[in-house]
Amino acid sequence: MNAKLKDIFLGPLNSNNPVVVQVLGICSALAVTVELKPALVMGLSVTIIVALANVIISLIRNTIPNSVRIIVQLVVVAAVVTVVSEVLKAFAYDVSVQLSVYIGLIITNCILMGRLEAFAMSNKPWDSFLDGLGNGFGYAWILIVVAFFRELLGSGKLLGFQVIPESFYQAGYINNGLMMMPSMALILVACIIWVHRSIKKDLQDK
Amino acid sequence: MATKKYKCKVCGYVHEGANPPEKCPVCGVPASEFELISEEKPAKKGFDKNGNAYIMIYTTIIVVIVALLLSITSGALKERQAANIELDKKKQILSSLPAIDVANVNAEECFSATISSIIVLNNAGEVTKELNPVKDFNYIAQDGEVLIYKAEVDGATKWIIPLDGKGLWGAIWGYIALNDDKNTVYGVFFNHAGETPGLGANITTEAFCSQFEGKHIMNEGEFVSIAVMKVGQNAVGQEQVDAISGGTITSKGVEDMLKESISKYTQFLKAIDCQESAEEAISETNDVEEE
Repeated sequence: MNAKLKDIFLGPLNSNNPVVVQVLGICSALAVTVELKPALVMGLSVTIIVALANVIISLIRNTIPNSVRIIVQLVVVAAVVTVVSEVLKAFAYDVSVQLSVYIGLIITNCILMGRLEAFAMSNKPWDSFLDGLGNGFGYAWILIVVAFFRELLGSGKLLGFQVIPESFYQAGYINNGLMMMPSMALILVACIIWVHRSIKKDLQDK
Repeated sequence: MATKKYKCKVCGYVHEGANPPEKCPVCGVPASEFELISEEKPAKKGFDKNGNAYIMIYTTIIVVIVALLLSITSGALKERQAANIELDKKKQILSSLPAIDVANVNAEECFSATISSIIVLNNAGEVTKELNPVKDFNYIAQDGEVLIYKAEVDGATKWIIPLDGKGLWGAIWGYIALNDDKNTVYGVFFNHAGETPGLGANITTEAFCSQFEGKHIMNEGEFVSIAVMKVGQNAVGQEQVDAISGGTITSKGVEDMLKESISKYTQFLKAIDCQESAEEAISETNDVEEE
């Protein structure tokens, strides 16, 4: 893998992260991070869909009329999402039941539109595929970090398993109800941005 | 020097000048986010990519392709999906019986072994039809009819009533299994379309559902349902379970769903009581006569 492709793939994981640097996809980050499991599922689905949609748009990018490009992108995304959900319903029903709520969120996720418009419209399919994967993973790891803290501190569990022992509760420890509120996701994302920018000083505003 | 065009990779803003701007005036990202865009090549001979005719034809073709793709997918997968949905419904019905561990059994076989019949009731709570649970599983109730599932668990008869209601964000539904006395709750199963994870969605948890076991839906021969109350509050004239903290509206939805869905069966539930008491009365008179 040459340096450029490496940069396309690894950039979104760190210095060009869709959530903490581009600040895209925040709404879904609020909705699915109360527990770790939906965050994992959502991260994975967005990764697959954004990579697929990126390739398709990249393949037809030279034929798309400029004035209706957003609509064409939207149609492609909606079609990909619907086909994937139909296939899941037929072959992996349990997964599709879990995903049902997120399907709508995926279509309207601004990371998809952002990547299609900014990258796939002007790059080759393979590059676009890597860009999609990179951004999907970049989005997923932020969700997972936020969900980890929200589930751990909010309900004392991880992936549904109790991790804070009963003796803590008997000693007076109580779950932090604020962690369950959507606003806490924003505050946690802000904390990640804070840590991230203090490590990567070149991202700081002068 | 000819002006070059720079496009912001984040928001798409196009800047004209020799160098990219220090900061994007629209979204504020630094110069590194700008890329040079080459002057547009003259349109290919024959058609104009931004002309109305091209756009109309292009969008039409895209829509037709997508529509075809979707209908083919939907058509090809319909049978499998219907089978999955049917199996899922069977699993959900079985989930209302605590004695059955749905995750570890073959739902199809277990269903036909456990559910002995689907009974159709009319408005007055009388049995009009008794259906085969496997063959007639997809029977659709006509106006005024309701369905009740009759199950045999460890030699005892259980009555399973389907429930239907609304939560905070969307539909909630479930099944409640009653003992042979049509009063004591044997077990419940709840599900939801999209309640808040960690809050309202907790109505599906074992901790919430197991509270219902052993509760009574009748009080002195009248149907009163079961109340879902905040911890510390007490319901009058009916039995209650604890609501989910942080999921007040969903909990309320469960309470309303129980009341509304089961009330359609009131006649049926009471009728058996009457029949039994009538039988008791007869046997009592017999006793008297014998004396």
